[in-house]
Amino acid sequence: MSIDIIRTGAELELAARVVELVRQVAGPAAEAEVMVQHDAEALTRFANSMIHQNVADAVTNVRLRLHLDGRTAAGSTTLVDADGLRGLVERTVAAVRLSPPDGTWPGLTPPTPLHHSAGYPGSGERSGLDFGFDEATARATPAERADRVRDFVRAAGGLETAGYCRTTYTSAAFANSAGQSVEGRTAEAAMDGIARIGGADGVARLAGGRLGDLDGSALGARAAAKARAGQSPVELPPGHYEVVLEPEAVADLLDNFAMFGFNGKSYAQQQSFAELGEDQFDPSVTLIDEPLGSRAEPAPGLPFDDEGTPRESLVLVRDGVTKAVAHDRMSAATAGATSTGHASPASRTWGPYPTHVRMEAALAATEPALPPADPSSPVAESARPLVAGMRRGLLITDLWYTRVLDPKTLVITGLTRNGVWLVEDGEVTGAVSNMRFTQSYPQALGPGRVLGIGSESILLPDRWSGTRYAAPALHLASWNLTGNASG
Amino acid sequence: MSHFDEAYSAVQAALDAGARYADCRIMVRRVESVSARDGDIQNVGSSESAGLGVRALVGSSWGFYAVPDLSDAAARAAGRRAAQIAVASATVPGPPIDLVPAGAIEASWANDCEIDPLEVSLSTKGDLLVEATAAAKAAGSDLAEAVSGVWDTRKWFVSSEGHRIDQHTRECGAGVWASAFGDGEIQRRSWPSYGGQYGTSGWELVDRLDLIGNAPRLAEEARALLSAPLCPTGETTLVLGGEQLALQIHESVGHAIELDRILGWEAAFAGTSWLELDKLGSLRYGSELMNITIDPGIPGALGSFGYDDEGTPATKRDAVRDGIWVGVLAGRDSAAVAGLDYAGSVRSDGWARLPMVRMTNVGLEPGPHTLDEIIANTEDGVFMDVNRSWSIDDRRLNFQFGCEIGYEIKNGKLGRMLRNPTYTGIGPKFWQSMDMLSSETIAWGTPNCGKGQPGQVGHTGHPAAPARFTNVRVGVRG
Repeated sequence: MSIDIIRTGAELELAARVVELVRQVAGPAAEAEVMVQHDAEALTRFANSMIHQNVADAVTNVRLRLHLDGRTAAGSTTLVDADGLRGLVERTVAAVRLSPPDGTWPGLTPPTPLHHSAGYPGSGERSGLDFGFDEATARATPAERADRVRDFVRAAGGLETAGYCRTTYTSAAFANSAGQSVEGRTAEAAMDGIARIGGADGVARLAGGRLGDLDGSALGARAAAKARAGQSPVELPPGHYEVVLEPEAVADLLDNFAMFGFNGKSYAQQQSFAELGEDQFDPSVTLIDEPLGSRAEPAPGLPFDDEGTPRESLVLVRDGVTKAVAHDRMSAATAGATSTGHASPASRTWGPYPTHVRMEAALAATEPALPPADPSSPVAESARPLVAGMRRGLLITDLWYTRVLDPKTLVITGLTRNGVWLVEDGEVTGAVSNMRFTQSYPQALGPGRVLGIGSESILLPDRWSGTRYAAPALHLASWNLTGNASG
Repeated sequence: MSHFDEAYSAVQAALDAGARYADCRIMVRRVESVSARDGDIQNVGSSESAGLGVRALVGSSWGFYAVPDLSDAAARAAGRRAAQIAVASATVPGPPIDLVPAGAIEASWANDCEIDPLEVSLSTKGDLLVEATAAAKAAGSDLAEAVSGVWDTRKWFVSSEGHRIDQHTRECGAGVWASAFGDGEIQRRSWPSYGGQYGTSGWELVDRLDLIGNAPRLAEEARALLSAPLCPTGETTLVLGGEQLALQIHESVGHAIELDRILGWEAAFAGTSWLELDKLGSLRYGSELMNITIDPGIPGALGSFGYDDEGTPATKRDAVRDGIWVGVLAGRDSAAVAGLDYAGSVRSDGWARLPMVRMTNVGLEPGPHTLDEIIANTEDGVFMDVNRSWSIDDRRLNFQFGCEIGYEIKNGKLGRMLRNPTYTGIGPKFWQSMDMLSSETIAWGTPNCGKGQPGQVGHTGHPAAPARFTNVRVGVRG
């Protein structure tokens, strides 16, 4: 079974039709922007080493935002027949006339070409339809996902396993009454699983633009090695520990930096730690939002946002200096900046934030030569040089349930998960039970606090499709662990 | 207009394609949201969504497929696809799956609603939020925000075992909050709760909240918090307000008693549970004051319904009685695996998502005290209220919460305001230390409970009242 239609042009035609309907119903003075997005998501989920949930859906959503007579309203529908579209327009026109005045309307995106071709493998000449798009991933079948799950389960060698294999396909178009008209599509595959033994969990996860790049066997073997090495953990007292965070844990840092720090609304409202032009991070830290991908990776996101603004790479931090935050048109107007292409259905309320953040890896040449990897080691390959350089500290695989205690300082509490080990003189000496931490994330990566960065940024999925991180391992001088299994 | 025929077509197509059980939910939902900031409207949005989701059981493997198309042809195609997906699931099989028995039900249900929230004009809603935020701003808030939300859901459910149930659920709510910016920190106060109060109710719920009347106080308290002393660090007697206790119940009881977690079905993401089935009926969860019920029939509470998404009628059940763990949140398949004879807690957040074990209304029965009595009987301690942050481990044991505001308790009286109050603990130890519980119960609504892959956002209710806990670690800081 595959997706019925790999769509080209269908969404653009729908978007143009809605813009015209608005003109007919509300007149030429109405400012309308229309995003039509077709999402097909399929997720094969396993637990207790069996596929227990296996789902797929295909939804086209039409989103309309309308500004008329100084008032703004938005609406959406999944009903895309003539009655459904007319109902959306009439409902939204009625809503805008009943809405209070909106003094913050930033205007429409003028006709602007997409950023395409240069630097992005596979990108095409018109409308950016092929930013490395992998049709095989878009057409992936339940059997192909099940194959990878079966490989994961087998490679775990009898350990109990759980996780998922996911493929997504998005085809979208934007049109507004100012003449902007763009379209694009993207596909993503991701696999995330754990192996479990004796109360110890090990994890392996990977995202990418091609399902063919996901090797269930390799991921299952890695999760199992971590689980086996995590058995019989000891409890350590709370305190400040030197740590190596593996890429899965670093992705959580990127997620929270993106959501709360580089969020244009939070920045405008003085709720973000970000101060443009300031040395807020260690000089080794560079963070870039890359919705169009980079190097050999297919584009993970659409080439435009919900306001039709073309997307491109955005340097958030360069060599430790905070350079930018993400904006939609409203937050940009508030901040006296220009939109960076981060409008979303939620950006007016939650704020615009980056969704494809990469932390730049270190140059491999800076790392010492190491003996061949031990396949039973819990240490991720990219973290090995960092672990080798740690005299005494903790190797942390993953972070869980992280929540902000103070948005301005980005103090966050959460727990370790899926494997913690004590490292002494560069060697893993024993498993440690999970611990709670309470830590300011910007402070942890502040000047002088980053002792090393891994030489490879791993592509990691977010819990929501459409968001992805590229994270290396990270060696930090201090991490504030505030509790253990006893409380 | 009924959609039973299309749902029946989807179910029949799944059976024809080899399923031994199938069900279909057709849902038509309208959602409306309005937000304001500092006296200006920020967002006015409405959405309409309609579609069907089919679940098919082939052998002992499940498949699910959903489409936004209510035609008979689309329904039949979706039924066939659900069965095909179930066949793929069987390539990585598990032990046999059964469903606990459920009698065929034909029924119709709608919640009570005095004022249809969709009939309240957007201008009325917008004016309320604009005025509330303006009032907070005028009282000195650096940032004032307010939101309202409405969900109107019509649902038609058909199963291959003879269910034909339609339901009409109207939910709504609102809230306002004010922030004060200090030197490197932000303080926030919310009313009536973090993100607002929500219920399965008409707009009369919002009318009772008095957002405008409370807004100036929020601004003043947020400002005062900036110069208040920090919450002390150490072990002390902790008194929690009902709003915070509702989230404590949600995180450290509600999720822990989800049977799918206990069985390991959520192990890779949401996590498992510290509870083990062989201790059901004997494990001491909390003190004898702790009586937790699962009750989807509470009028107005956000987790209420007539029938769950497997067609099981809403039924009240004990989860913890006199401190002993006695019940779980279950679905028909998970209950059968666990050897239990009841289900009733399976829901999906929309037609495009697989129904799964979810909280309904999980809350504390009232205690014998009042908040005033609890304070008066506390020599030395801290009072905390209104949630600010929450975090708990994947077994639902190790938690840490932050609240918006705290107060010293000295010699039976509330003392100085405290800023950045936090507390941490281990679930059963914490609940066993509860020695006073108020009777002033409110069914707090949580409209943002995340679970599942793909992610689903659930609406849950939590009756809770102020309570006292002893020897709790407070003042955890970064």
